[in-house]
Amino acid sequence: MSASLAGVASLTVERVRQGLAKREFSAMELAKAALEFAEAENPKTNAYLHLSPERAMAAAEQVDRKLAAGESAGPLAGVPVAVKDVIVTKGLRTTCGSRLLERYIPPYDATAVIRLEQAGAVIIGKTNCDEFAMGSSNENSAFGPVKNPRALDRVPGGSSGGSAAAVAQGTAVVALGSDTGGSIRQPASFCGVVGVTPTYGRVSRYGLVAFASSLDHIGPFGRTVHDAASVLQCIAGRDECDSTSAFAPVPDYVSALDGKVAGLKIGVPREYFEGLASESGELIQKGIGVLKQLGCEIREISLPATKYAVACYYIICTAEASSNLARYDGVRYTTRVAASTLSDMYRATRGAGFGAECKRRIMLGTYVLSHGYYDAYYLKAQKVRALIAQDFRNAFEQVDAIVTPVSPFPAFRLGEKLDDPLEMYLSDIYTITGDLAGIPCMSVPCGATAAGLPVGIQILTRHFDEAGMFRLADAYEKAAGFTGS
Amino acid sequence: MKISEQEVRYVADLANLKLADEEITRLKRDLDEILTHIDTLNELDTSNVQPMAQVLYEAEETATLREDRERPCIGVDAALANAPLSGGGYYKVPRVIER
Repeated sequence: MSASLAGVASLTVERVRQGLAKREFSAMELAKAALEFAEAENPKTNAYLHLSPERAMAAAEQVDRKLAAGESAGPLAGVPVAVKDVIVTKGLRTTCGSRLLERYIPPYDATAVIRLEQAGAVIIGKTNCDEFAMGSSNENSAFGPVKNPRALDRVPGGSSGGSAAAVAQGTAVVALGSDTGGSIRQPASFCGVVGVTPTYGRVSRYGLVAFASSLDHIGPFGRTVHDAASVLQCIAGRDECDSTSAFAPVPDYVSALDGKVAGLKIGVPREYFEGLASESGELIQKGIGVLKQLGCEIREISLPATKYAVACYYIICTAEASSNLARYDGVRYTTRVAASTLSDMYRATRGAGFGAECKRRIMLGTYVLSHGYYDAYYLKAQKVRALIAQDFRNAFEQVDAIVTPVSPFPAFRLGEKLDDPLEMYLSDIYTITGDLAGIPCMSVPCGATAAGLPVGIQILTRHFDEAGMFRLADAYEKAAGFTGS
Repeated sequence: MKISEQEVRYVADLANLKLADEEITRLKRDLDEILTHIDTLNELDTSNVQPMAQVLYEAEETATLREDRERPCIGVDAALANAPLSGGGYYKVPRVIER
């Protein structure tokens, strides 16, 4: 191929490597094709807030130069990647889907971005998301919702809806998203791609605009498990700029994709099947059947604190958010509504700048932290969080991995749940537990409903066992035959 | 009722948010509903549970301070580049001290 527009949509990391090695196309040709394709597709989905042609072409040129000189250009050489717009990029606008940061040009790059580019990746644009990553539908973006490329009248999920949509529509081969309560896995499941939330601390949060610091993760999207694993390989590992990033060595994830899953014990927690839509439930059961055929031993388990996870999560994440978002005060970050006193300036700027969901979460977080309520809410939630983590610790003494649904239902219609915030929060039930416990978890496509809506199956493993998670996910993907491309 | 309109206004004040009356009404309804759901946590006896203060079990994974050494920083101009109003190397804000 000559990096034709149609070709971009079906590429994988491995195909890009081969194509460059055999000189079927150059990195610059590929970058140009990806940019043109993204520009042509974007009016349909609004997945990108802005493209970055200059940065992309410069990165691609460097790859071509290295390859021409016979040097290594990195494991992601030439791979077109989209980056969620809550991850800062030096000199490239980073809005967090918020009016408040509409004109914000970061003075530095996030560590994950630096590592991607060092690996040869080509950043083609910044993707749309719920404002400050708060939402489960991508309808809270100040710059309009993203539409699901698989069904344009439906949401792509959130908050990393733009990154999931970009990978699903094929304008990027892989993407970075962020996950605090399911913001990578849920859109991955809605859009029919692979989405990975690594162990807390596995990927540096330096340069990820903070929402809830004890829950925030950066993670990859790909159309295959192999691609997502290849990206995590490059961005994982200790970073001096994030004191919560882990020292644990990063194993070779791709070599873990060896298909050796027979005999693994897989836990299926009964609490995760309550309130599950019937078609999604059937697809998950089929998925579990595939694992059984692969020789895995399926065990029913119980994670009894699950029903308290949503309440626990929405105390902790809003408390942390209310303090993290205090910095948007009209002093440092581009947008100010003028007023005669400092205090009125803060209030007017924040009142005009934040959207409804951010205000709701700042208010809830401020309330639960306010005088007289701390013990009843925040401290209580931290204790419940310990119970949820303990549930997983107990389970992993009996099983090697846990398999669950990702979302109670497939992609819903735009506007369908916008009026009922509690219902939207409750829909995060299957994904927030992994974030609360800090364990690695991912969504892998497991088929589609009769209406053609993708459904994802979730795999969770022990802290830092991303290799085991990828091994199972890859074996499942190959046996089930649903790849995101 | 978990929260009164007066409390919503008080919290908005603490959070430095100027809200319109319709927003107050809406937030009162939403917060009320969410706080009622949050009350389910009281079903759990947590009197003997230690709160989770560290995400990873093995605290030594990350409980660390880096070496204290001088490093280049981004500089005043770059730091102020996104300021809505600056001058003389400082952020400018409305006057807070009357002379």
